[in-house]
Amino acid sequence: MDKINFLGVEFDNPVLAASGTFGFGEEFAEIFDVSKLGGICSKGLTLEPKDGNDGIRIWETPSGMINSIGLQNPGVKHFVNHELAEMEKLGTKIIANLGGNSLEQYIEGVKLLNDTNVDIIELNISCPNVKSGGMAFGIKAEVAYDVVSKVKAICKKPLMVKLSPNAENIVEMALACEKAGADAISLINTVKAMAIDINKKKAVFKNVYAGLSGPCVKPIALRMVHEVCQAVDIPVCGLGGISTWEDVIEFIMAGASMVQVGTYNFVKPDVCVDIIDGIEAYMTREGIKSLDEIRGCI
Amino acid sequence: MDYIESKIIKNYKIENNIYKIIVEYNGEIKAGQFFMLKTVDDRFLLPRPISVNDYYCSGNNKELVFLYRVGKKGSGTDMLSNLTEGESLRLIGPAGNGFDLDKLNGNIAVIGGGIGIAPLKLFIDNLADKGKEAHVFLGFNDFVYEIDEFQNENTELYISTVDGSYGEKGFVTDLIDFDKYDTFVACGPTPMMIAIIKKCREHDKKCYVSLEKRMGCGIGACLGCSIRTTEGMKRVCKEGPVFDADILDLSSLEE
Repeated sequence: MDKINFLGVEFDNPVLAASGTFGFGEEFAEIFDVSKLGGICSKGLTLEPKDGNDGIRIWETPSGMINSIGLQNPGVKHFVNHELAEMEKLGTKIIANLGGNSLEQYIEGVKLLNDTNVDIIELNISCPNVKSGGMAFGIKAEVAYDVVSKVKAICKKPLMVKLSPNAENIVEMALACEKAGADAISLINTVKAMAIDINKKKAVFKNVYAGLSGPCVKPIALRMVHEVCQAVDIPVCGLGGISTWEDVIEFIMAGASMVQVGTYNFVKPDVCVDIIDGIEAYMTREGIKSLDEIRGCI
Repeated sequence: MDYIESKIIKNYKIENNIYKIIVEYNGEIKAGQFFMLKTVDDRFLLPRPISVNDYYCSGNNKELVFLYRVGKKGSGTDMLSNLTEGESLRLIGPAGNGFDLDKLNGNIAVIGGGIGIAPLKLFIDNLADKGKEAHVFLGFNDFVYEIDEFQNENTELYISTVDGSYGEKGFVTDLIDFDKYDTFVACGPTPMMIAIIKKCREHDKKCYVSLEKRMGCGIGACLGCSIRTTEGMKRVCKEGPVFDADILDLSSLEE
């Protein structure tokens, strides 16, 4: 398929590995050729290193899973000095996912990433699992507008803002981010959820609420991507429960320019390769030269 | 690390909800390592981490054995138990560090609790291959299984059941004189592991434990199985599952 220009970066295909499901790529590189991917979104980074949450972190549900990792990560500085160099060797595009719990932390994080070889910064204002994950910024549109506009003012990289499905109004949220200068929107992050252990009579997660992902959220994600694509003029990267190439075509038809695959990387480590091959075969069959021909047709 | 579909040679019930699945596999495996297991269709989502119970040559092929406990109807392990000879099993692995036999010195006590005995079978065989002797303590709740597998000329075997239906009545930890041994190796349910680690700390003994945690990916990416240690966060699937108990923060082992 033709290369895809997304925010001025040339991607071999529209399939990215979603943040938090692919580490920094090296573990998956032991299993398959990750250079086949369009790109990799790094594990969510915060200015300071984080240990993440105590207690149960993963809980399987019918057709999905709930996670409460809590943004365990080595910190932006460590990433820039260590993990990034390893990622650069993987031969694919690098999207650095950045979270924070204050405007200052986002600004400092972006400054550290500005002078690196990172291709795009994905601003995470949507992690439900930690206060510092930034979801506080991802609920109210005016709060998001403030943080995105201030980050954009100092950001030297293309800036993609990752939205939470838990936003009060997803369309207003996307419009606020666009107005604040975001170059692109990615959505959706995980859906706030919970599980209860009826034997212990306690919530499964120490934080009670955690984030639901996997095939079960796909129809919701698709609807939100469609709504946002109807409203904004900037490109949209769609994600949420994608497990097959057919899912990707749906997201493209709903208006997405790029997509991310998350939870399914755990189910089938090389699922992205199957998806990319499936898209190619579909395009050949349908006589489609560019995904632009079907993008947003719904 | 392999990501393959292996042919199932046999999949059968040992006792009650304890099953054994034997598949074809060719590769290097260390005792204490595990694989992520999944049906080739996606009738359940996340692969299940199951430790290597045994690995041996059979004619021209090699056979890989998993001993596993089946959960309630509809669970992932229940679906694994329904697979039959000739079908395929999807494997990711071998994963994790495995046991480092060279670190085990002096009088060795090996302790297994319930399905936690699974990775200890290949381990004690390897130990015997190195000419090392061990006392093996196996504890069960209300029925025993696979105990004959642990009998070889280099081991002395001690069994306990909580209900007293076999061997000594009580917890396996009650069978052990912690002063008698220099090195302990353990795998079992979390309360048992915590009890053993505390005893080893009291008696200033070396202790290696093979841990179990809920995992998403099994390859180190999802951070679902991270635990707190004196050396920072460690992934049970990658830096473990075998840990030097000295570095563990016991509060992070509990669910």
